Formats: sequence, C-alpha cells, structure tokens
Amino acid sequence: MARVMVMMSGGVDSSVAAALLHEQGHDVTGVTLKLWGGESDSGCCSLSDVEDARRVAAQIGIPHYVFNFADAFDSNVVAPYVDAYAAGETPNPCVECNRTMKFGRVLERARQLDFDFVATGHHARIVTTASGPALARAADPAKDQSYVLYMLGTEELARVLLPVGELTKAEVRERARALGLRTAEKRESMDVCFIKRGGRDAFLGARIPRRSGSIVDEHGAVVGAHDGIDSFTIGQRRGLGVAVGERRYVTDIAAGTGTVTVGPRADLLQDSLQLRNVIRSRDLPPEMDVQVRAHGVPFAATLTGATLEFASPQPRIAPGQVVAFYDGSVCCGGGIVAE
Amino acid sequence: MFPNQPPYPGQVPFPTPSGADDGVYLDHAASTPMRPEAIAAMTPFLAAYPGNPSGGHRASRATKTALEESRETVAAVAGCRPDEVVFTGGGSESDNLALKGAAGAARARRADLDGVVTTGIEHKAVLAAAARLEREGFRVARVPADAGGIVDVEALVHCLDERTAVVSVMLVNNETGVRQPVAEIARLVRARAPGAVVHTDAVQAPQWLDFASATADVDLIAISGHKFGGPKGVGALIVRGDTALVPLIEGGGHEQGRRAGTQNVAGIVAFATALRITHEGRATETARIVALRDELERGLIAQVPGFHVNGAPDARVAGLLHCTVDDVEAEMLLLALDQQGVMAASGSACSSGAVDPSHVLLAMGMLRACALSSVRFSFGYASTQADVDAALAIVPEVIAKLRAA
Repeated sequence: MARVMVMMSGGVDSSVAAALLHEQGHDVTGVTLKLWGGESDSGCCSLSDVEDARRVAAQIGIPHYVFNFADAFDSNVVAPYVDAYAAGETPNPCVECNRTMKFGRVLERARQLDFDFVATGHHARIVTTASGPALARAADPAKDQSYVLYMLGTEELARVLLPVGELTKAEVRERARALGLRTAEKRESMDVCFIKRGGRDAFLGARIPRRSGSIVDEHGAVVGAHDGIDSFTIGQRRGLGVAVGERRYVTDIAAGTGTVTVGPRADLLQDSLQLRNVIRSRDLPPEMDVQVRAHGVPFAATLTGATLEFASPQPRIAPGQVVAFYDGSVCCGGGIVAE
Repeated sequence: MFPNQPPYPGQVPFPTPSGADDGVYLDHAASTPMRPEAIAAMTPFLAAYPGNPSGGHRASRATKTALEESRETVAAVAGCRPDEVVFTGGGSESDNLALKGAAGAARARRADLDGVVTTGIEHKAVLAAAARLEREGFRVARVPADAGGIVDVEALVHCLDERTAVVSVMLVNNETGVRQPVAEIARLVRARAPGAVVHTDAVQAPQWLDFASATADVDLIAISGHKFGGPKGVGALIVRGDTALVPLIEGGGHEQGRRAGTQNVAGIVAFATALRITHEGRATETARIVALRDELERGLIAQVPGFHVNGAPDARVAGLLHCTVDDVEAEMLLLALDQQGVMAASGSACSSGAVDPSHVLLAMGMLRACALSSVRFSFGYASTQADVDAALAIVPEVIAKLRAA
C-alpha cells in the first residue's frame, strides 16, 4: 500500500484512476487544481468540474482537496501561450501545464506532504525497463497521451502512476458506470481548457495587440492582408481570406514583419528541422519514430545534436510545437520546434 | 466493490465535531455542531406538528405559537420588539435583505439617496450585495481597516454625506475576530448622514458578546443560527422601528411583508433555543473559551518560530485565533492538518474549496504572500481542553515538517 495523490480533473479518466487505486488498496487522496478563473471570472466558485471531482471522491470514499494554482497557471502556462502566439509560434499549453503544474508543482507538493506517488488519468503507461521506469503508449492507441507527457524522465516516472493507461476508453467508461460515478458519461474536453467563450482568436485578440500585415505568395507577391498573425498557424488551409486557384497553405509566419506566406502544399514539405529544449530521457535508437501532434501518425527520423532529419519529407511543423521521440512504443523524450 | 463502501451511494462517514475520537474541530467560526437542546426543541416540529403557521386550525395554532414564542425569545436577546424580528434563510440572506432592501427603499423615497458606505473587511454577502447596488447605479465606498483589523472610522466619516442611503459595518470580523466600533459609527452616521440606514452584519457576535447593547442605535442587524449551535439555513434580520425595506422575496405577506414564504418553524425554534442558551451561558462560556484560545495561542507562539497572531489584541473576541505562519502555504498547512485530524480554515475559502488570498487581510494592508500563509483556528461552545491538547501536539509538528520538506 502506498500513499497516492491523484489529480482529479472532474473527468471520467481521472475519476476511474482514483477508484482503481483505491480498489488496489492504496491510501488515496484526490486533489483538483483550480487553474483558471480569478475573482473577475464568473466561473469562480461554481466550477462544475471541481464539484464533479469532489462528488466522485466522496462516492469512492477518499478525501479531496483543491489546490488554487490560478496565479502559477497564469504565469507558467497562459502568459507563455500568449507570448508564443505573439512571436508567431504555435505553442502547446497542455504540455506546459504538465511540465510546470501537474508534474512540477503538484509532484513537489506531494513530496512535501509525504505522498509516495502522484497519479493522473492520462492514457499512457509506465513500463519497467533495465534502465528504470519508462513512459510507453497507452493500451488504447486512439487515446494515447504519451505525447503530452514526453518530458517525464526516469526520476519523475518513479513517482508517477497512470492507472487508466492499461484500459481502453470504453473500458474506462464501463468501470465508471459500474461504480455509479457521476462522470461516467461526461464528454471529453478537446480544446484548450482556459479558452471558453469566443475561441482562440477572441482570447488572443484581447491580450495581444493585433499586428496586421500582408499575406504573400511563394514568390513574395502580396495576395492579401490580415489583421493579426496570431490567427494563423503553419499548415493552416482554412480562413486565409485569399482567393487563388489551387489550395494554399500557410507556409511561413514572420512575427517581426507580420508577413504571412501562403503556398502550395509542396512548399510545406521539409527534410529536417531544428529543435530546442531537447530532452533525452532514454538512449535514442539510431532511427526513431517521432510524433509531432497529439494524435499524429509517427514517422521515422534521426536526431543529430538539435537537428532532426526525416527519413522522407514531411509537412512543415509550426515553431513551438512538440516533437516526441519513440523507440517502438516507448517514449524517449522530445523537443520543441525552433524557428 | 470498495472495501469500505458506504451504506448507500454518496454517503461518506463524516468526522464528528469536537470531543470525538476522529477529529479536532477548530472551525466553529465556519459552523458549529447543533446544541442538543436545540435539536430537542425542533424535533416535534419536524413531524408531530404539521400545521402551516399561517393557517387557522389547531395544528396551525400550535406552530404559530411556537413561531411567535421563538420571535419573542430572539427579540429579548437582541433587545428589540418581537415585531422587529424578521426570520430569514441565514446570514447571507439577512445581509442581502438589509443592503438591497434598505437601498431600494431609500431610492424610492428620495432619488438622490444613492450612497452606500461599507468596509473592505465585510463578509462576501455584504460585499456582493454592495457590488450589485453599484452596478445598479449606487455610489459605493469601501473603507479599509488598519493593520490590527479595525475599520478606519475617520475614512468612513469622510465618505458620509446627505445622499448616503446605507452604511454597513460588521460587528465582529469573521476572519480575525476583531470587534468593530459599530456604536460609535452609528452615532457619527446620525450626525453626518441623517437619511442613512445603519446595518451591521453581527453573524459572528452573539456567541461572544451582548450584541443588543452593542447595536442599540443600529437599524438593521443580521444574525445566523449555525454560528452558535443552531441549524444551518436559519437566521434573522432585526429591523428596528419603521426602517423601510424593499423585500427580496414576495408572496403571502409573511414576516410583515418583509420576507415571504412559509416559515421554517422547526429551524426557527432551534435557532431561538440556541440563541437563548448561548445568551444565558455567554459570560461563563466566553471565559472558558478565551482560556482555551489563549492556551493554544501561547503554545503555538512558544513552539513555532515565525508564528504571528493577527488582529488588535484588545479588540479580539474570545473564540478566534487568526495567524500568519512564515514560509508555509495555508493550502498546504490546512491539508496536512486535516490529514492529522485537525480541522481549521483559511479565512476566505470560496465554495470551490480553493484558498484565495483573503480580501480581509488585503484590506488590512497585508502583503499577498503573507495573506496566503494565514490560517484561522476557531472555537465554539463544544470546544474542550482535549482539542487544545491535541492541537498543540499536532500543529507545531506539522508546521516543522512542512518547513523541512
């Protein structure tokens, strides 16, 4: 029996994670992170997700607490997210939240409070290898979330439990129903959790001075204008507001000049890219698989220094995005796409 | 499925309050266990007496009699006439009725009566009602407090004028336990703003002081049953004389048209019983509690470096100990204490359960970081020496451990 602090978001996965750990005989405590919504936000104190988590904890029969990380979330996740868009990047705030909040602050608080492990409802597995615990893909490939956990190294993994990674999503819901948990049929959250109304453009529009600029084609000819680079992402096809014969994609965003380049799909392809903040949590195989978006299809690549070379040309990946490294089903680390 | 599956879904074993083996309950300012006498008094009205007090037959006469006897009891303790007692659904409702009701009536009487003066240390029920009035066009002034938690009377006087409609200052602060100069403020308001109605949120007062004498010159007084051994969800607003109020809830003219709805007879009987017993035993009880509180305070000061007591020493009521613990986050301390069975609070837990920096401490000029390191231990009639002994054995150790980790 171990003392486990399980992070309960109020969703079905973490609800079942808590129930499973409790069933296994662990001494389980639930915590819900209040990450967003200060006094000015109408959501304060009525966050139904916190209430769901609290009710599930009561149903299971475990204590439940709320950690108010609104300030830290703002400075560690929201502000960098906004800054990245302002710089023409496409950040992944879930990754930053995992790094700084869930497996940063919560892991630290758990240590201070004498917990042996922290647990979450992420769909990923922790497997034992000769060189210590390793992060591996979930039993349910369609729900695998190891990508957003790529930053976890041996040291963290030794103190983390991911109990639902062994189950398919259908099995998770089945367990929740069997236990009569109120979150059993709850819809999955798909979007960035702190953007509620109005979507990304409205959220960023209220925080970044709009920097209008030109839209140019692959030859540099101006084909249109836009009122803010943060509305664009590399590879974006819809909503470009330019009428040209063939399909056009955003192939480049120059934050300095505010210029957005559009071109044919062929211009999106590249053979290699530069990474920053590279994490090698395990020895990398000579040719590994890399994954460049949350549920993207992996492809082969090799890493030399900070240069990632693809086995075959790939569509351009926006700066700021995460590249996770895999050796088969085991995650070996990752990095962030540099300019 | 679970080894310790509760008897039916959703039911969890709760720790019983003070005196029980499974917890040291030091959160009486949040809520108290009901007094056995109050439970005994209310029980017949849950089943044996079904009558609606507004009805005409013998069953109704029985509940009407109980209701009016309760009103007389509350009036006797509050120092007012029975017809000045309006029963409500608790402290927040009483505060809302006072502010919105008096402001609404003032504006209906004289369109230029548009000023509301309150303080930054009020309960959120008062602050939220004031904010609502502000959105509706009232001018709202919020006066700060000094470092000891006492409202700045001079600043308050500066906010008064001919157009002031409502002045609301609490009698005892719910976080620091600091008593406010309400009688003095009421006198000043009469002189400077003769058109103003004076309200006091006295929710934390009846258990510690004779609030009748402290509020003799106040128009509206809010009290709440569960702070002194009555049930949750029952309170009263004392409405002196002919103070005009626009009701929040309208219907069948109950409570002299000030609060419609069939009265919660059982709850009101228990509320009045708890108030009477609290009043009768207050002198001895307060002396006993202040000794317990002081013992805990002295012990913690002696054993915990960087332990600071908040609130002006001469102005604190008996049952509250509010403190700042250097280098320890309140959220962590409360969790760790709860795990050891000690139940305390941060002053300002919102209903999500998250700890926010207390607006009371911020209004006293405390730095945000210090406010986030502050917790409240609060005593009540059910507190015992065993609570203090247990707390002194547990709290310093928990703090030391958190600091070392």
